[in-house]
Amino acid sequence: MLFSDKTEALMRQIMRRYPEGRHKSALLPLLHIAQAESDGWLSVPVMDRVAEILSIQPIEVYEVATFYSMFQLKPVGKCLIEVCRTSSCWLRGANDIVAHIEQKLGIKNGETTPDGKFTLRTVECLGSCGTAPMLQIGEKYYEDLTFEKVDQILEENKNRDNHSTYLSKTTFQNHE
Amino acid sequence: MERKLLFKNIDVPGIATYDVYRANGGYASAEKALKTMTPEAVVEEVKKSGLRGRGGAGFPTGMKWSFLARPEGVPRYLVCNADESEPGTFKDRYLMEHIPHLLIEGMLTSSYALGAKTSYIYVRGEFFYIIRILEKAIAEAYKNGWLGKNIQGTGFDHDIYVHPGAGAYICGEETALLESLEGKRGNPRIKPPFPAVKGLYDCPTVVNNVETIAAVVPIVNDGGEEYCKIGIGKSTGTKLISASGHIKKPGVYEIELGVPVEEFIYSDHFCGGMLTDRKLKAVVAGGSSVPILPADLILKTTNGEPRLMTYESLADGGFATGTMLGSGGFIVMDTSASVVYNLYTFTRFYHHESCGQCSPCREGTAWMEKILHKILDGHGTMTDIDLLWDIQRKIEGNTICPLGDAAAWPVASAIRHFRPEFEEFISKQAKQEVNHNNQHQPLAVTS
Amino acid sequence: MAKVTIDGIEIEVPDGTTILQAARMIGPSVAPPAMCFYTKLKTSGGYCRTCLVEVTKGSDKDPRPMPKLVISCRTTVMDGMVVTNQLSPRVLDARAGIVEFLLLNHPLDCPICDQAGECHLQDLSYENGNYTTRTDFERRTFEKIDIGDFIQLHMTRCILCYRCVKVAEQITDGRVHGVLNRGDLSEISTYIKEAIDNDFSGNMIDVCPVGALTDKTFRFKSRVWFTKPVDAHRDCDKCSGKVVLWYKGEEVLRVTGRKDEWGEVDEFICNTCRFEKKHTADWSIEGVRNISRHSVISANKYKNLVKPNEFHLNDIKAITE
Repeated sequence: MLFSDKTEALMRQIMRRYPEGRHKSALLPLLHIAQAESDGWLSVPVMDRVAEILSIQPIEVYEVATFYSMFQLKPVGKCLIEVCRTSSCWLRGANDIVAHIEQKLGIKNGETTPDGKFTLRTVECLGSCGTAPMLQIGEKYYEDLTFEKVDQILEENKNRDNHSTYLSKTTFQNHE
Repeated sequence: MERKLLFKNIDVPGIATYDVYRANGGYASAEKALKTMTPEAVVEEVKKSGLRGRGGAGFPTGMKWSFLARPEGVPRYLVCNADESEPGTFKDRYLMEHIPHLLIEGMLTSSYALGAKTSYIYVRGEFFYIIRILEKAIAEAYKNGWLGKNIQGTGFDHDIYVHPGAGAYICGEETALLESLEGKRGNPRIKPPFPAVKGLYDCPTVVNNVETIAAVVPIVNDGGEEYCKIGIGKSTGTKLISASGHIKKPGVYEIELGVPVEEFIYSDHFCGGMLTDRKLKAVVAGGSSVPILPADLILKTTNGEPRLMTYESLADGGFATGTMLGSGGFIVMDTSASVVYNLYTFTRFYHHESCGQCSPCREGTAWMEKILHKILDGHGTMTDIDLLWDIQRKIEGNTICPLGDAAAWPVASAIRHFRPEFEEFISKQAKQEVNHNNQHQPLAVTS
Repeated sequence: MAKVTIDGIEIEVPDGTTILQAARMIGPSVAPPAMCFYTKLKTSGGYCRTCLVEVTKGSDKDPRPMPKLVISCRTTVMDGMVVTNQLSPRVLDARAGIVEFLLLNHPLDCPICDQAGECHLQDLSYENGNYTTRTDFERRTFEKIDIGDFIQLHMTRCILCYRCVKVAEQITDGRVHGVLNRGDLSEISTYIKEAIDNDFSGNMIDVCPVGALTDKTFRFKSRVWFTKPVDAHRDCDKCSGKVVLWYKGEEVLRVTGRKDEWGEVDEFICNTCRFEKKHTADWSIEGVRNISRHSVISANKYKNLVKPNEFHLNDIKAITE
């Protein structure tokens, strides 16, 4: 079993949000759920299981998973740091924030620390331009960043047990 | 002038919860519509209001609604576009985070007008905490009889579901959004047919922006005519403006359409003036896609009239000297900002976000980014400026969806208004002379 | 019926006809090039943008011109519509741009490409492109993947027309390949190491407008213009069995579907006919296939067919010298 019964039950519940015969619609939410269950990335068996649950061809899942930037197709560190650097964030110093994190963690943009604790990637606009510069870890937005704040964020996430995920236990609710 | 319709109660403590929202007049529009109005009458009010799509295109909402095909026995859908990803824009996130029930009420009222039994809110994936907030609000709405079967005893059934995106700006384009909602790659569809005829699951569908749907609430509450009195000319009502960049008070402001740009930048009610004593250099007034304007042109039109925050005034002068209101993403730059580097961040963005379906956008956006990267690296030549100009010209208008245009306009306007800066940058091989804020990263790592 | 004028030539066509189809009815002189549209594949077209045309009059009812160039492959004609293609400088300018975009990352490896001679991108570039390049960036490359014993994939040559994806979707049972990734990193792939193998997969080769998908059994065997096309058929329980055999001497080097003047096959054929029947004895021969004199494939084959009145005296001199 790749996913727990509880997870599969949640997946079925999400699928029922779409009309009969249109369950493929649930592909994006299901991939998010699957990724959260699978150490923050999507392996081929994980994607194949999602295809099976939705009764679609595996290639339909691969096509979609490779299109969207939030799906990780390779293992990532326990804490995935995503720093925005588009216009407004750049104007307020995002490049310095990236450089600071790179220096602190000893890795470059796109890399994972050797201990597997952190992965750093820069991303395009996260819709937080008024509180720039900013970064995202899992569900959480860290805004109005300063070097001190960044140091504190790194410290907080140094010893996390679980992978950072976009989903929390209360993300989806049952409206049935 | 500050004028609050959507944000009237945004500062009330606990307004994100159902009880407080309801106690402050929430769900009145839904009650009024469902109990006392026909769906046609609601559409009529929206038409009268002059409301225009707040996602960027500014298309009259009432007209969009009236295009919706109504064949017998085929379901109709309302889909809310909450895939807010335009650089410089963060108003929808702010609205959903602080007053989620306003969107849900707007969805309910609008769905009643359109005869939609099911509606979806497509939220950009990065906003998962917003999804959590919306899910909670929707659960509250079900519990209090505003969603589900026989809403408030009126016989109207409605379900709202939140659908997460997964990181793709292109899904803000309405047909790409529908593809994505159907569980596919976010490739825009070739139009016609338009969603009003063949949208979600090939059924007639209306796709509206968060702010547009929220605006339906005050329109139904106070009547379209009242709403129409606010604003100037065809720019009626209020607009949420996301202000960012080199200003004292970045944030989301609800303004009455018609506020002078100068007042918006310098007044303490709004942006509070420039961040430091450096002067205003340029503004991107409506999100990254719209043409950038230098200080003199953003403050005054070429006729010498003060530029106003309206669809018409910002567009005055066409693309030669004007810009667009767009989604209201207002990015302010002072004299320390490099227009060249800013353009690089935009071209990198559009390169990263191009879906790759049609050739001009797929190849052109990547090419433009590479050229700008080369210029920043100090290897640019003067002919690169003309080449950039020619590439954007060949993308614009020739693509499946407006992303091509959106990628072309920032390039065209930056060159049009700031060509000397490009020339200076190139001729100085400016690499060493650019300030630390302009240091750039290696070529974008696309994943 | 609707009357439409294309480059000054009027034609009456059934309602629902696209501009491209109407133009093809008039003939090659006015038909826009099409790299992704394929008549027999549903929902094809719209991606490559080479067939953009200018509509200078929308219809008799609404004579306003269309502000943007439109894709002729997916735009239906209206009664009284006036279209310009070759006569519109705007169209030619845009099309030259499209060619440049399509060639931007193309490896230009025609000398070693099996598609050379019957490549639509070659024709398109020759007719609409420029002779120089304005890019000096490194061209895009991809990790090579093996998609089986019959089909060779060269992703660097691909223009992402989506035709092969639509073939897999519409005429094979179970699609295992698709377009992966996004933007300029998009690629045709199976994602996992898997061969594309089913009865009709070989048609991906026939629909591919470039050398991205070629016949592995024909790989490097001959330039197409050194082979001789012959119409032939056989009784086949899977397909019509109507094919073209490409001979070099006595040997059948490859088998393809029969393509019309727009490069589209009349009927899709099965993999057995295409890959496994490589002997003359397998086939009933119908005769030498007629090919356009303008095609490079006709070189060395149709001698003395040049009708003198089509050329000026100088041309004839040039030929005879």
